[in-house]
Amino acid sequence: MTILQFVLWSVLKVAVVTVVMLLAVAYTVLLERKLVGRIQNRWGPSRVGPFGLLQPLVDGAKSFLKEDIIPTGVYRPLYLIAPIIALGCALISIGVVPFGEPSVGPGGLVKPDEFHLHFFQIADVNIGLLIILGITSIGVYGIALAGWSSNSKYSLLGALRSSAQLVSYELALGLSLVGVVLRAGSLNLRVIVEQQATGGLPTWNIFGGGQILAFFIYLTAAYAETNRSPFDLPEAESELTGGYHTEYSSMKFAMFFMAEYANMITVGCVATLLFLGGWTSPLGDLIPPPQNLLVHALFPIFWFVLKVFAFLFLYVWVRGTLPRFRYDQLMNFGWRWLMPLAMLNIVATSLWLAYR
Amino acid sequence: MHLILFFVFAGFCVAGAVNLLLQSHPINSALALIVVMTSLAVLYLLLGAEFLAAAQIIVYAGAIMVLFTFVIMLLNAGCEARTLGSRAARAVGFPAVVAILAIIATVILNAQGLGVARLADGLTNAKGQTNLEQLGKVLFTDLLLPFEVTSVLILIAILGAVALASHDGSVEQGTVDREHRAERTGDQ
Repeated sequence: MTILQFVLWSVLKVAVVTVVMLLAVAYTVLLERKLVGRIQNRWGPSRVGPFGLLQPLVDGAKSFLKEDIIPTGVYRPLYLIAPIIALGCALISIGVVPFGEPSVGPGGLVKPDEFHLHFFQIADVNIGLLIILGITSIGVYGIALAGWSSNSKYSLLGALRSSAQLVSYELALGLSLVGVVLRAGSLNLRVIVEQQATGGLPTWNIFGGGQILAFFIYLTAAYAETNRSPFDLPEAESELTGGYHTEYSSMKFAMFFMAEYANMITVGCVATLLFLGGWTSPLGDLIPPPQNLLVHALFPIFWFVLKVFAFLFLYVWVRGTLPRFRYDQLMNFGWRWLMPLAMLNIVATSLWLAYR
Repeated sequence: MHLILFFVFAGFCVAGAVNLLLQSHPINSALALIVVMTSLAVLYLLLGAEFLAAAQIIVYAGAIMVLFTFVIMLLNAGCEARTLGSRAARAVGFPAVVAILAIIATVILNAQGLGVARLADGLTNAKGQTNLEQLGKVLFTDLLLPFEVTSVLILIAILGAVALASHDGSVEQGTVDREHRAERTGDQ
C-alpha cells in the first residue's frame, strides 16, 4: 500500500464516519423526543413521515432557514468561533473509536501493515483513551466562550456553571477509567477491548473485571460532562432561559445542540469499549465465527451499535425520570462522593491485580 | 514530512506567543496561550513523545487554561492600559532575548547530544515498547524520590490554598461546614 492509497482510504473513512455520526445525532434527537413522549404518556413527533421518522430532516431544514440573528452587544470573533469549537471537538473524538472487527481491511482479511489501516477505525493510536479525554477537555472552551462572548447574564451564568461542572467531574471521570487501564495495561482502545473479550459477557470489565463501581462512577460523571439531566444545570431552562446558548439562533444554536448529542454518542462508545466488551459478542465463543466475510465484518458492528443504543436509551430514560440537582448538591456529590469512590476503586483494583 | 510539520507548528507556536503579548484584552491573550500550548503538544508528538503530548493537552490546555479563562470571565476584566515603554528596550531587548535563548538552546542540545538528526528521528526508537511504558519505568524506578516529593509539594499547595480560602485561617471540619450552610442559606 502506498501513502497515496492510505490517504485516500483515510479521507473516505473520515467522510463516512462523519456522515454516519451526523445522521446518528439527528435520529438520537428523534429517539429522545419519542421516548420522553412515551414516558410522559403522549405520542411525541408523529406527523412527518411514518411514525415521525422524517422529523430530523425537517428540523435540520428549519434550523438552516431560520433567520440568523447576531445580537449587537456580542464580542463577534469569539461569538462566531464558539459553536465551531463545540461541534468540532465533539466530532473529532470519534476518530479513535474502533467500531468493529480489527482484522478487516481493504482487500478482505488482512494482517495490519505498517500503516495500521483498518476499516472500522479512523486512527489506531496507542493513547486513544487519552486523546478522547483531551479533546473532551478542549470542548469546554466552546461552551465557556459562547457564554462569555454573548454578553448576557444568563449566558455567562450558564457558562460559569458549565465550566465549573466540567472541570470538577473530569477528575472523577478520568480516575474511574484508571481501573480499566490497569487491567488492560494499555491506553489503546483496541487492546482494552481484546483484553476483556476472551469469554464473552462474564469476562467483560463490568462483570468479570470487577469494574462495576467504576462503571457507575463513569456513567454519572459522563452525564455531568455532557450536561445532561439530572446534571443539566448549565442549560436549566427554568432558571437560565437557555444557559450558554441563550443568544444563539438558527444554525449556530443547532451546532451546540448537535455537539451535545454527538458527545452523548461518544460517551456511549467509550463506555461500550471500556466496560462492555466493545464490538465483541456477549456470547463469546458459543457462536462460531461466521465464514462469510461480509457477515464476519458486519456482525461486530451490530453488537457495537446495539450497546451504544442501549446507552442512549438509558440517557433518555434517566432524563425522563430524575429531577434536576441543585448546584451545591452537584458539587458536593462530585467532590465528596464520586472522587473518593473512584480513588478507592483504583486502590482496590491495584491490590487485586498485585495479589492475584 | 516531519520537518514541514515542525516548521508549521513552530510557526503557530511563535505566532501565538507574539499574539499573546500584543493583545490588549486578557481573554484574547488566554486564547493565544492555548494556541501555544496546543502547538507545543504537536511538537512533542513529532518527537515521538505521544504521552507527553496528551498530558500537555489535558493538563495545560484542558485544565489550567480553563481555570484562567474562568477567572477572566468571572472578574470580567477589561482591556489593559498600555504604556509606550522605553525605545531602547524595543530596539535592543528583543534581539537580545532571541540571541540569549538561541545560545541556551544550542548549549543544552550539544550537552545532551541531541543533534538535528537525532531529533528528526524521534526520541523513542525502541521497538515494541511504547513511550508510556518507558516513561512509567523511569518515573517509578530512577526518579521515584523526586516524583513522590513533587506530589507532596502539590499536596502542600492544595492545603495552603484551603487554609487561605477559609476566612479565620482554620480548616477544622466544623468551621467549613458552618460556612457552607451559611452560603447555602445566602443563595436561597
